[in-house]
Amino acid sequence: MSKLHVTTTINGEEVEFLCTPAQTVLDVLRNTLGLTGSKEGCGTGDCGACSITLDGRLVCSCLVLAPEIRGRKVGTIEGMAQGDRLHPLQQKFLEMAALQCGICTPGFLIAARSLLEQNPDPSETEVRYWLAGNLCRCTGYDKIVRAVLETAADMRGAA
Amino acid sequence: MNAIDNKWIGQRTIRPDGADKVTGRAGYSADNAMPGMIWAKILRSPHAHANIRGIDTAKAAALPGVKAVVTARDITEFPVDTPVMLGIQDMRWMSRNVMAREKALFHGHPVAAVAAISEEIAAEACRLIEVEYEVLPHVIEIEDAIRPDAPLLHDFLRHEGKPSNIASTMVNKLGDIEAGFASADVIIERSFKTRPVHQGYIEPQACTVSCTADGKVTIWSSSQGQFMVRAMTALLTGIPQSSIRAIPAEIGGGFGAKTVIYLEPIAVLLSRKSGRPVKMVMSRDEVFRATGPTSGSMSTVKIGAKKDGTIVAAQGTFHIQAGCLPGGPVRGPVGCSFAPYEIANVLSVGYDVVSNRSKVTAYRAPGAPLGAYATETVIDELAETLGIDPLELRLKNSAGKGTKAAYGAVFGDVTFKETIQAIRNHPHYAAPLDRAPAKGVRRGRGVASGFWYNAGGESSAQLNITEDGNVTVTTGHPDVGGSRASIANVAAELLGIDHSRVSVLIGDTSSIGFSNLTGGSRVTFASAMVVTQSAEKVITQLRERAAKIWKIEPEAVAWSDGEARPAGANAGQFPPLTLKELAAKANEMGGPIGAGVQLTTTGADPGFATHVVDVEVDEELGIIRVLRYTAAQDVGRALHPDYVEGQIQGGVVQGIGWALSEEYLYDKQGRLDNASFLDYRMPVCSDVPMIEPVVLELPNPKHPQGVRGAGEAPLVPPLAAISNAVYDALGKRFYSLPMSPPKVMEVLGG
Ligand code: FES
Ligand code: FES
Repeated sequence: MSKLHVTTTINGEEVEFLCTPAQTVLDVLRNTLGLTGSKEGCGTGDCGACSITLDGRLVCSCLVLAPEIRGRKVGTIEGMAQGDRLHPLQQKFLEMAALQCGICTPGFLIAARSLLEQNPDPSETEVRYWLAGNLCRCTGYDKIVRAVLETAADMRGAA
Repeated sequence: MNAIDNKWIGQRTIRPDGADKVTGRAGYSADNAMPGMIWAKILRSPHAHANIRGIDTAKAAALPGVKAVVTARDITEFPVDTPVMLGIQDMRWMSRNVMAREKALFHGHPVAAVAAISEEIAAEACRLIEVEYEVLPHVIEIEDAIRPDAPLLHDFLRHEGKPSNIASTMVNKLGDIEAGFASADVIIERSFKTRPVHQGYIEPQACTVSCTADGKVTIWSSSQGQFMVRAMTALLTGIPQSSIRAIPAEIGGGFGAKTVIYLEPIAVLLSRKSGRPVKMVMSRDEVFRATGPTSGSMSTVKIGAKKDGTIVAAQGTFHIQAGCLPGGPVRGPVGCSFAPYEIANVLSVGYDVVSNRSKVTAYRAPGAPLGAYATETVIDELAETLGIDPLELRLKNSAGKGTKAAYGAVFGDVTFKETIQAIRNHPHYAAPLDRAPAKGVRRGRGVASGFWYNAGGESSAQLNITEDGNVTVTTGHPDVGGSRASIANVAAELLGIDHSRVSVLIGDTSSIGFSNLTGGSRVTFASAMVVTQSAEKVITQLRERAAKIWKIEPEAVAWSDGEARPAGANAGQFPPLTLKELAAKANEMGGPIGAGVQLTTTGADPGFATHVVDVEVDEELGIIRVLRYTAAQDVGRALHPDYVEGQIQGGVVQGIGWALSEEYLYDKQGRLDNASFLDYRMPVCSDVPMIEPVVLELPNPKHPQGVRGAGEAPLVPPLAAISNAVYDALGKRFYSLPMSPPKVMEVLGG
């Protein structure tokens, strides 16, 4: 099968790759581009471990075909910190132990960032419903929700 | 909570592996790649039960791009009549689980595997393998499997002399059960059913394996024990352990299920045949179908008490699903169900029942939640019948120092009472509850308790002082949820240095001594013990170095706040020597500084938990929601409170899923019907409230920091606590799980 040539922007950098028409973005990120921060928990859109942003919108990268990102802007966990400065959510997740095994963490961070971009002052219920597409089996969600709420408060204070 | 004035132990420090995990850099099982790597796929049985008459792999092997094919013939054969134990696992069954031999025993049972230059070609080659099956009648549910006319899975299993699907029986006995019941004023007997639930870790099993021409094997995979990976792979492939290096990848959740392996030996054999590194990654469908879950159960519990609430007799019969091969967690319900209570007469019997399901694996406090579900529900009914508060009834009968448990232990300083009191005194237990907040909505409150043995076992650690005076600690235990953070706290505390100067690593099987599994709530207990002993040895070395420099006796040197000081006025007047200064002088004063300890740790004390929960039942939709949850547990000492709380919170939410929504559903052909996260419904963020942990720290006197263990006990009480709360709301009892909407409607309708 002949492969497709795709040019796209990932975390602000122009990237080219070859893929089959059936390959997912998650597959290309992980297995072609070596960006293994996005995780595959299910491959069917049910766990959120593969969360990325596509032109600023939160999507499951396991549900997007790789040729579809041609000419678009992709954001992954690898682009969340600015150089050696962690994003406030990343820092708060560390400080508040919002991860145990950590496999769900990249997905939660990407999803939470996208929440706070749209709603800087979410209620606990809003956080819980926004993050309902991300499964975590370790934490019981408690510390994750708290970390997101507290980051939102900090960011509002700083703004 | 703890009066001990520690600088680092008990602090909420930032975990050593944290930055890697929030930036996506941490390397989990599926994140590895090797040069020249090829991909492997597994062909799985389409039948729940079938004899395998023959396997023809010729067409698959001939497909361009295919590099190797393996079947059970390539795997070490263990005759069924001779046990080969590795810990609690019997390799006779492990080998047949990894690859079907005589028979396919469940839908999804591996039959063959192919390695090829791409995943697509490997999958296509699997389709070209011709397997001749003779389909057999299958059996899924326990009640069907134990019928006299049930289809038999194995002709070598016998129960009471007859061929059977009951693989083994376990009995715990205390006192005289008949006399006990004869002396009771009230006797309550109930039967219960639960369905298998999956551990639900988000990271599917995966591995990358390289077998080189000289027979040396490198395995990159996540597990709850790299030494288990090495040993099982060695046994299943015939390669000596010394030729296998198992590297522990970061683990994306295990909860017991990653105490066994599925892929590694197959990947090793494929790599050996093909001469190429091989990568295998399970799909979620495969994870559901062919790994885990934990057992479903059928239990009957009978408890007799005096009018004043004294429990005089307790009897339990627990049928536990093993899956397709023997080895269900029978010891969990048999031993744990009545252990929290001082009961003179106990008879607890468990049966390990095989059926055409994937072989079960451990899930937090293996089996104990099943038993507690039954026992703690009967105790709730007993409390109501006797008109005694359910916590008071538990308190009255609670085990204490000197209590003899039916499983054999005589308890030391156990702390069950304290967990009950913590809940009784918690504002949650006294908080008013609006029982009917709206039409068709009812609320209720329930409590339950639970017990887990906890465990010690083999652990190794190496603590080295770097040339620049900092510290590296290596242990042999995968970190499933923050154990590195706890170890860093311990090492910093003992050496008296800043936490940031300690780095903690998990060694591979060739770089650290044997360490048993991360599981059974043993890792913090055992690794803190070996790290403490290593630190003590290092401190002795440091004092000797200072003594040598000062030309005084080592006994005259004290170690405190990260430096050597003369111990008292008589020792002489010397300016202190810091760790950095001693490290800088290490080579001229006697060589590198460091020490390792390898030990079979003992002194683990059981863990107890008591929970209270408020639920709301929507009578129209049949939906049960948890509104408030408080969980008290004695952990001995919380070396890092965040990760102890996290264990409790995570365990409780797993319990909520078990109680309300999770179950394995099979169709008529014996195929799993809901092998996806969409259809197998684990709790999501919007399903649950905050979970309040009440962490009690009543130190275990047999541990240097007082640790008991944390990870298992939180999953023991929730099933019964939630069920009791639902009863409190509705006045109707459920005797089977999950209490999913269709079942709620059924109970309400009937
Ligand atoms: S891997 Fe994409 S949602 Fe699970
Ligand atoms: S931290 Fe393990 S799944 Fe979320």
